[in-house]
Amino acid sequence: MSLVAASRSELTKQFTTSLWWVLALILVLYVGFTTALLGLTFAGVSTGRLPGSSGPPIPIDGLAALVYSTATSVGYVFPLLIGTLMVTAEFRHKTLTATFLAVPRRGLVLGAKFAVGILLGLLYGAIGIAAAVGAGAGSLAAFGVDTALGSADTWALFARMLLAYVLWVLVGIGVGTAVRNQVAAIVIVLAVTLFVEPIARTVAGFVDGIDQVTRWLPSAASDALVGQTIFTAMSATGGEQPAWWVGGLVLLGYAVVLLLVGQLSTWRRDVN
Amino acid sequence: MPDGQVLQFAELTKRFGAVSAVDGLTARVAPGQVTGFLGPNGAGKTTSLRMLLGLVRPTSGTATIGGRAYADLEHPLQTVGAALEASSFHPGRSAANHLAILAQAAGLPSRRIDEVLGLVGLADVAGRRIGGFSLGMRQRLGLAAALLGDPGVLVLDEPTNGLDPEGIRWMRSLLRSLADEGRTVLVSSHLLAEVQQTVDALLIISAGRLVFQGDIDALADPDEYATIVDAPDRDALLHLLDERGIGYQVLRNGVTVRHSEPAELGALAAGAGIALSSLQRKGASLEEIFLDLVSGARVHPSAAGDGPVAAPAEDAAAPEATAPDVAPARADWAAPDAATVETPPTPASEEQR
Repeated sequence: MSLVAASRSELTKQFTTSLWWVLALILVLYVGFTTALLGLTFAGVSTGRLPGSSGPPIPIDGLAALVYSTATSVGYVFPLLIGTLMVTAEFRHKTLTATFLAVPRRGLVLGAKFAVGILLGLLYGAIGIAAAVGAGAGSLAAFGVDTALGSADTWALFARMLLAYVLWVLVGIGVGTAVRNQVAAIVIVLAVTLFVEPIARTVAGFVDGIDQVTRWLPSAASDALVGQTIFTAMSATGGEQPAWWVGGLVLLGYAVVLLLVGQLSTWRRDVN
Repeated sequence: MPDGQVLQFAELTKRFGAVSAVDGLTARVAPGQVTGFLGPNGAGKTTSLRMLLGLVRPTSGTATIGGRAYADLEHPLQTVGAALEASSFHPGRSAANHLAILAQAAGLPSRRIDEVLGLVGLADVAGRRIGGFSLGMRQRLGLAAALLGDPGVLVLDEPTNGLDPEGIRWMRSLLRSLADEGRTVLVSSHLLAEVQQTVDALLIISAGRLVFQGDIDALADPDEYATIVDAPDRDALLHLLDERGIGYQVLRNGVTVRHSEPAELGALAAGAGIALSSLQRKGASLEEIFLDLVSGARVHPSAAGDGPVAAPAEDAAAPEATAPDVAPARADWAAPDAATVETPPTPASEEQR
């Protein structure tokens, strides 16, 4: 009974149900489709080849980064869900009994989930980035816009995106541990990512002062970590965002606080 | 094979709000025998077992395995194998993968997976999703998980639920052979009849409290016996008994006379010239004693709880006195209990002959 053994067991858990590849498939389709659409639109508008475009001019410079980062700015809900389900599935199917019988030191179980969460974050990050690059570079190239794949900045962006995926899985583990009920956790995740945060951040784009708060929201922190994203581009009027590493630390902070809350509450409870 | 360990419950208590699910349970489970853990539904059996396994935190008291709490075991699955309920599997996972997860966590070689699946008769469905398993197959898989680490202690919660008669017989012989190897086997059930043929010792709880602990032989009160007598001319027989002031009850299978030997009644009838059609001795029915213990109508000294924790049950059970409150409880013996009187002789009553 060690962290290594517990992590191996945890890893097997993730890859012995169909959830992982179903989510990976949806991630590829979702990110690929969105990126292709954005890539075609932006490339068309900025090159002036898309007729009837009325929006603000989008500079061709940095367009590639903007398109690629869709994998995190839109796709972050996937690592968040994966992390959440890593924990809530154990409550949902009552497998926590078997888990705790094999590893009665509960902190060790959480540690193993954390370790495997990092691996899953890297895996899904790679898949998400690959989908975004495949669809994004294709649509940019269609308009003759530079795909910037030879640029070191682009690869630094990919590295930050991978980190964001890892951190989002950890936040998800925190959410799952703190909430425990699978349906409730999924509803909370979807409500926050699809409604609460986008609305708050959109409002912050128009109302002064609110952005002082909204820039510390998890998704805003994630965008700050990644850099150029569609949301930061749209709220260009907003003040400067925190440095990338500050964004990363804020996201990590969410993960740690949620994990601590879970560890001190639900994780210690009786397992029935 | 790891040694069987002594399981010790010491003043174990679990309260949910104002309700005591388990109340001051003190008991000892010895290795080398099958111990039945009996009580009606809701008596606190599962909660007690979950506390023993570190899944539920006791309000007070302790439950230990060989003197250690479950969470402190170096190699939990190699020490204790537990099968708690037949529903705690991910339906999308295969049986073999379910066991692989446990084997990896415990550092067990993967060949153990095939071994235990073969042992419980699930080798053919190792790769099938558990979601398609019947209750009986889930019970077998739960048992396979318990046996995975070849543990010296087995804790099984209602293991025969959902098994067909053949499966139940198989389970009984398996438990017997595991105990004969020196392992500690604790099996819960809400039916005495289900474990009666298998167990050597019993723990009976009711409403969270221990009501009996000891060998199954000690459950039957040796003072408690009766003779069933009947005659073609039953009126004459009853008249004779009335005349002699001997109490009796007329049941479906004859006239039951408590605390009296067949020889006495036979001689009596012969003296009065009454021909008998039946004369037989009968020990108390274990099922009846079990129900009385559970309902509180009968109190067994082994459940006093004041004695030393590890007091051997035999000692506690020996100086048995027929509790004075047994008699009134028996007053309403007639109708509903008529069926239990019919039960075939139990091992305990056979011994008394």
